[in-house]
Amino acid sequence: MNGDDDNELVVDGPTTFPVGRRDFLKLTSTGVIVLMAVDPAHAIQETERPQTARQGYPTDLNAYLHVGADNRVTCFVGKVELGQGSMTSLAQLLAEELDVSLASVEIVMGDTDLCPWDMGTFGSLSIRSFGPVLREAGAEARAVLLLLASERLQAAPEQLVVSAGVVSVKTDPTRKVTYGQLTEGKRIERTLGRKATVKPSNAFAIVGKAAPRRDAIAKVTGKAKYAGDIVPPGGALHARILRPPSHGATMTQVDTSAAEKLPGVRVIRDGDMVAILHQHRDEADAALALVKAQFARHDPPVDNETIFEHLVQRAPQGQRAASGGEVAGFSGATAQTFKATYRDSYMAHAPMETHSAVAAVDDGKVTVWVGTQTPFPVKNQIMGALRLPADKVRVITPFVGGGFGGKSASRQAVEAARLAVLTGQPVRVIFGRDEEFFYDTFRPAAVMTIASAIDASGAIVLWDYHVYAAGERGAAHFYNIANHQTMVYGGWSGAPVAGYHPFAVGPWRAPGANTNAFARESHIDVMAAKAGIDPVAFRLKNLTDTRMIGTVQAAAKAFGWTPKAAPSGRGVGVACGIDAGTYVTLMAEVVVDKATGHVQVKRVVCAQDQGVVVNREGTLQQVEGCITMGLGYTLSEEIRFKGGEVLDKNFDTYQLPRFSWVPTIETVLIDAPHIAAAGAGEPAIVPMGAVVANAIYDAVGARITQLPMTPARVTQALAHI
Amino acid sequence: MRTVTFTLNGHPTRLTVDENRMLLWVLRDDLGLTGTKFGCGATLCGACTVLVNNEAVRSCATPMKAVDGKKVLTIEGLASGDTLHALQDAFVKQLALQCGFCTPGMILGAYAFLLKNPAPTRAQIVEHMDDHLCRCGAHVRIVAAVETAAAAMKGATR
Repeated sequence: MNGDDDNELVVDGPTTFPVGRRDFLKLTSTGVIVLMAVDPAHAIQETERPQTARQGYPTDLNAYLHVGADNRVTCFVGKVELGQGSMTSLAQLLAEELDVSLASVEIVMGDTDLCPWDMGTFGSLSIRSFGPVLREAGAEARAVLLLLASERLQAAPEQLVVSAGVVSVKTDPTRKVTYGQLTEGKRIERTLGRKATVKPSNAFAIVGKAAPRRDAIAKVTGKAKYAGDIVPPGGALHARILRPPSHGATMTQVDTSAAEKLPGVRVIRDGDMVAILHQHRDEADAALALVKAQFARHDPPVDNETIFEHLVQRAPQGQRAASGGEVAGFSGATAQTFKATYRDSYMAHAPMETHSAVAAVDDGKVTVWVGTQTPFPVKNQIMGALRLPADKVRVITPFVGGGFGGKSASRQAVEAARLAVLTGQPVRVIFGRDEEFFYDTFRPAAVMTIASAIDASGAIVLWDYHVYAAGERGAAHFYNIANHQTMVYGGWSGAPVAGYHPFAVGPWRAPGANTNAFARESHIDVMAAKAGIDPVAFRLKNLTDTRMIGTVQAAAKAFGWTPKAAPSGRGVGVACGIDAGTYVTLMAEVVVDKATGHVQVKRVVCAQDQGVVVNREGTLQQVEGCITMGLGYTLSEEIRFKGGEVLDKNFDTYQLPRFSWVPTIETVLIDAPHIAAAGAGEPAIVPMGAVVANAIYDAVGARITQLPMTPARVTQALAHI
Repeated sequence: MRTVTFTLNGHPTRLTVDENRMLLWVLRDDLGLTGTKFGCGATLCGACTVLVNNEAVRSCATPMKAVDGKKVLTIEGLASGDTLHALQDAFVKQLALQCGFCTPGMILGAYAFLLKNPAPTRAQIVEHMDDHLCRCGAHVRIVAAVETAAAAMKGATR
């Protein structure tokens, strides 16, 4: 599952998920906790092949649901609530298939003792990949309950009707029985002996309807618990861990004597881990500041300016992701040829909740509350690091304060578990913002080179695309081009060769797809402008995919797009993308301050075709989130570094999008109930960089080829017109 | 160490603490009020915002000596029993949150603002909220929620 052939079990005792040999070595060879650079859980995200239902998931429906004697349903899922709303939408799916009221469903998420195994919450897979599994479990439970009801009521199943968890006889509604009376709160042991059929979308009564967020009241009252908020019996000590100044640095000397003199401080040294523990976080901070340590630095000779050349020079062998016709020997008639290089920078996930965990040991069993996207893989990491069997480790995932791909790596969970075992007391690890910026698995910087050609009619006749370090997701184009190839050199899931990246890299909301869309959709506009064709007309001319065409037309209608070749001075742009099975077109209007290079995005229209819409309001919320978050990678967010030292340590230099940046956002959801639900949490962020780049070009005639498009880069591009 | 006396969510509170410790960690670690969040530790994100004498402050940089004799309001003290405050209600109804981690600070920042500016324009709300960070991108809905709450409150505190 992680691409290792030797995916053997190396952890003693039973395990829910095999730890590959490579990961195990990473956990132990350094003596401390090093996170899996390549999380086996991510294989699926990279390949973009949605799982078939039940693959890897338990087949027993009791793993997913329990019907209490009081007729209340408990739904168990290994997914976690990161803010994306699946606590609500997954409950909708189960309520729909079971024919119970949404209000009667409780949901338990991300608890490795209670929930069925799950690889993690990422890749917009909760609905499109796990959704079918949960629906099947619900449909099977409903069918079995109908059989039981049929026996109880002495009526054939086809004479029965279910509403809100009550089964009754169609012709005599007084003959009825509740699900709870049938199960009496026990497991459903009866099996169906055949595959249950899920409801067709036109029979949906709960899915597709607005549903109030189940987490909202807890979150507005301060009652919602995140990992760092958990107080185990007896309380927990805060642990602050001494960190190196740069990646690759090793500690040569340490003096903790001054810190030890502070009242209430406990110092733990274990291997090369130095931890300061105190009941109060701020006092632990003060003590940590007194620790004197020296490190030997082993910084790689790269920084955020030189990294791009390095990424191309040290690139691994390319993989052909798509191809057709003749590229190397292309000899067709062309009117114009184009060559360009695009760049993207390292980016932080920067969730508002820093990585946090609380660990407590009771009777030899370690329970760790973790803010993570991957509770089951984290459990395995803890088992590996502490040499514990599966039944001695429990990971519980409370609310997670944002993930975006950055909370798969969960170093803090292993650190908290390790310190709890060492001290015999519950331990709390809450990363400082500087630790968050240091240990983040950054979205990799990337380079894209494109050679292309159009003929006299404006048809694209050649497309030769090479992407370094961003990965395959979203790399292949979706235009109608006879001669094309897409070559992918390395991805976001770790370093393909040692020393390729100066720090850990990993998935970032729609990993790779934002970067690839920036290059592709910018380049499409470069060709359209040279041909003197309106960029929307140019796309429609070169597209044959009807779903893509549908989103372009829907966006143009909502935006009020009037055809004009760029640069028109209006500051409008268009960009398209396909991600997580969803088609999306964005149109934007920007204002560029030529004196300062500052870009203000005034308006964004999104047209999205994601097949069935499970939760309309939730989808709109995700689209708005994508567009707003996308402003950051587009305009400001970039990790500056020198060697292994991350220079951005807090939000003073690393600028997240703010209220004053946010445009008017209008979303058109294309009704496609005949198509299975695809992802909604990521697609709309994908074309953001490109749509703004194209709108900037339309406004001022300057083409910016590197993200983020900071005032300095805009000014520089303006100077080169 | 000294004794600091203040009103916390309407309750008289007396603590013996190091007066230079920050309110954020006293609330979280000493008093168990975890609705106030740690986001950056440097007054840059707004997640730890609480009210001291009706002024929004960043509790990560507010020492205990600064709250002596004052009224402190945290997110736990905003609702009246099970009845949500108009701002909380508006955040729920407008879906003005996703992960929820910035939400307590957002609501309290907006509350302090509405106490002073009961009928703000949209531009004034945006300007005031600009130093509160939200990573999920709930901004559009947060602004709408503050507008809705301002209309519902009509200049009152609830």
